[in-house]
Amino acid sequence: MSDLTAARTQMAVSLGFHIVFAVAGMAMPLLMVIAESLWLRTRRPAYLELAKRWAKGTSILFAVGAVSGTVLSFELGLLWPKFMAHAGAVIGMPFSLEGFAFFLEAIFLGIYLYGWEKVPPRAHWLAGSAVLASGTLSGLFVVTANAWMNAPAGFTLVDGKFTDIRPIAAMLNEASGPQCVHMIIASFLSVGAIVAAIHAAILLKKPKDEFHRAAYGIALAVTIPMALLQPLVGDWAARSVARRQPLKLAAMEGQWETERGAPLRLFGLPDAETETTPWALEIPKALSFLATHDFNAEVVGLKSAPRADRPPVAIVHVAFQIMIFCGTALALTALLGLALWWKDRGPPLRRPYLKLVAFCGPLGLVALEAGWTVTEVGRQPWIIYRIMRTSEALTSMPGLAVPLAVTVMVYLLLGFTAAYLLWRLVFETAGRSRTHAP
Amino acid sequence: MPLDYLAAAALFGSLVIYAVTGGADFGGGVWDLLASGPRAKAQRGLIARAIAPIWEANHVWLILAVVILFSAFPPAFAAICTALHVPLGLLLLGIVLRGSAFAFRSYGPGPDFERRIDRVFAVSSLVSPVMLGVVVGAIASGNVSASLDSRPLRAYFDVWLAPFPLALGAFTLCLFAFLAAVYLTVEAEDAALRDDFRTRGLAAGLACAALSWLSLWLASREGAHVVAGLTSGLRAYFFHASTAGAAVGALAALHARRWRLARALAAAQVALVVGGWALAQAPYLVPPELTITSAAAPRSVLLAMLGALGAGLALVVPAFVYLFRVFKRR
Repeated sequence: MSDLTAARTQMAVSLGFHIVFAVAGMAMPLLMVIAESLWLRTRRPAYLELAKRWAKGTSILFAVGAVSGTVLSFELGLLWPKFMAHAGAVIGMPFSLEGFAFFLEAIFLGIYLYGWEKVPPRAHWLAGSAVLASGTLSGLFVVTANAWMNAPAGFTLVDGKFTDIRPIAAMLNEASGPQCVHMIIASFLSVGAIVAAIHAAILLKKPKDEFHRAAYGIALAVTIPMALLQPLVGDWAARSVARRQPLKLAAMEGQWETERGAPLRLFGLPDAETETTPWALEIPKALSFLATHDFNAEVVGLKSAPRADRPPVAIVHVAFQIMIFCGTALALTALLGLALWWKDRGPPLRRPYLKLVAFCGPLGLVALEAGWTVTEVGRQPWIIYRIMRTSEALTSMPGLAVPLAVTVMVYLLLGFTAAYLLWRLVFETAGRSRTHAP
Repeated sequence: MPLDYLAAAALFGSLVIYAVTGGADFGGGVWDLLASGPRAKAQRGLIARAIAPIWEANHVWLILAVVILFSAFPPAFAAICTALHVPLGLLLLGIVLRGSAFAFRSYGPGPDFERRIDRVFAVSSLVSPVMLGVVVGAIASGNVSASLDSRPLRAYFDVWLAPFPLALGAFTLCLFAFLAAVYLTVEAEDAALRDDFRTRGLAAGLACAALSWLSLWLASREGAHVVAGLTSGLRAYFFHASTAGAAVGALAALHARRWRLARALAAAQVALVVGGWALAQAPYLVPPELTITSAAAPRSVLLAMLGALGAGLALVVPAFVYLFRVFKRR
């Protein structure tokens, strides 16, 4: 394995691992705060129990998110020092802001988790809301830094050096808007879907359990609007990509030729050798419409660029398809849920729907991982789009397969342990009531 | 003060706070590992309760320092990350395992799991401080090149696998352990437990003194870059005198069971050690090539970052005060 491949794999593993915990740190607080609000209003003990149990799960997820996030901030330098030597000054701003948002999140989460008996109820609820607000903000800031790599702005390039740096303009680059909104919704959607699925699965066994009914209702109420909004935001994001990074869009769609009235491809496996996308179901002119809202607009194809400038097409196309299928399944499930909710005047508890929700649980996380694969692999071979190649940013440290192997092993171990402990927290202690936080 | 020096002050300031707060959390792991005697279980319980609500917030000071380093001094960050890839990787390994193990420990299925996870927590708590000290030692030696070009594999080890950085690693571990023991004397509610940590604190404090002399001796023997700043000039002597004063004072207060005074002096000692390192290196950030001025990002970046820092601190400091008031009233 070449050092470049090792470094890219390590970065992918680290990001793919961190993102799961990061979204939990963003979205679980919303569920906690809703449960606690309902407790304060109704005084039904199930809600208090729920807020506490969710908080416990969050404490595990948040801790792993915090340390794996630290790893990432170092990895930027450990793997891509030449990127950071140039770009550090430009994208430092969102990272500084993120640092403070993360500070607030950690502080108020500490108060939330361990302060049930130490601060008044309203202050406790406010601490939860502060966790929610700062978690969402910190996610926003980090995504703007990634957006900058897709749509570099806020500087003048003179002889390969960044001059006249305007940090705020860099942060508010063209990709920031759609990427941030898409990601925030994805966080609430993926976490909401998995929480709803867990409690739906338990309700299939214990249909009368009030605790799990409450949990299912809250999680579903968060998931449904997010699942319905996401396709609209996704459309916005796709048009933004089409405008800024036409080759990324071409890779997402397996589009080789530059043409007017380009078709949308379902399935298909792009072949970089033959420069075709066989096995695809083509919907005429639909790609042109989705990319620009005009059926006859021109869509740039991969062949317009030299091979060295094209992203790995098959990965991007397949990942994009996965994301779209998961997102569509979630949106349709949400639509059905909305109708049933209206009909049943409450969270739909019919068994077939519970089964459907349980089945859809992991789809949000799968879509999230697939979406980030599209963003990151689709930007290749650039680390800063059209300014710096990923290969130029690589550290000179040899033997990068070693840190990669360590990273993979540690994250596998952590992932399995965390999953096992959460599993226990949810299923094995489900009947028992615990009244105090850890 | 020029902007670049303000940014450097912010960088070392957050490192000081990290050492004083997060350092003690790592030190707690040392005493978890060394818990012994009839009150071993009570010692572990006290450590866990002391760390639990605050360690994540404390940890953010390190992230802040890294962010300030890479946004305000990008070439320094790149040079350090390149030359010290290995010890930084080990530092991260310690951070990841320590944090996760600590979060996992209360949710396990039984005593077996707990014992194993406790061991991971304790051992990884040793790794990170040592590596932190090693990284500082390697930078202070003046062996970290500003170049990002490739060099033979050996060079990635030689730069830190040397007596002075390793001694500084051991010193850092002792210092954090000392700090933790002193803090724990204040937090313990039981006189016997308090005395346990008093004994531990006194032992760690004496070990710190020995290791600091060893480090200094090794530094001068190896011709470390930092030595010039440590041994010449009024500034150096002032810092030595005040650090030594705080250290001796902390030990004496601990001996006399003046717990709160000991805590204040121990924290001051750690702050002075970190601050002294910064001053001894000035005007260099990563000697012998990168100075604070030469490594600094353009003015517009520093200005924006310091603005964000000011605004951020205005929010974070009151929140921090609240956190410590809720959980650390004693």
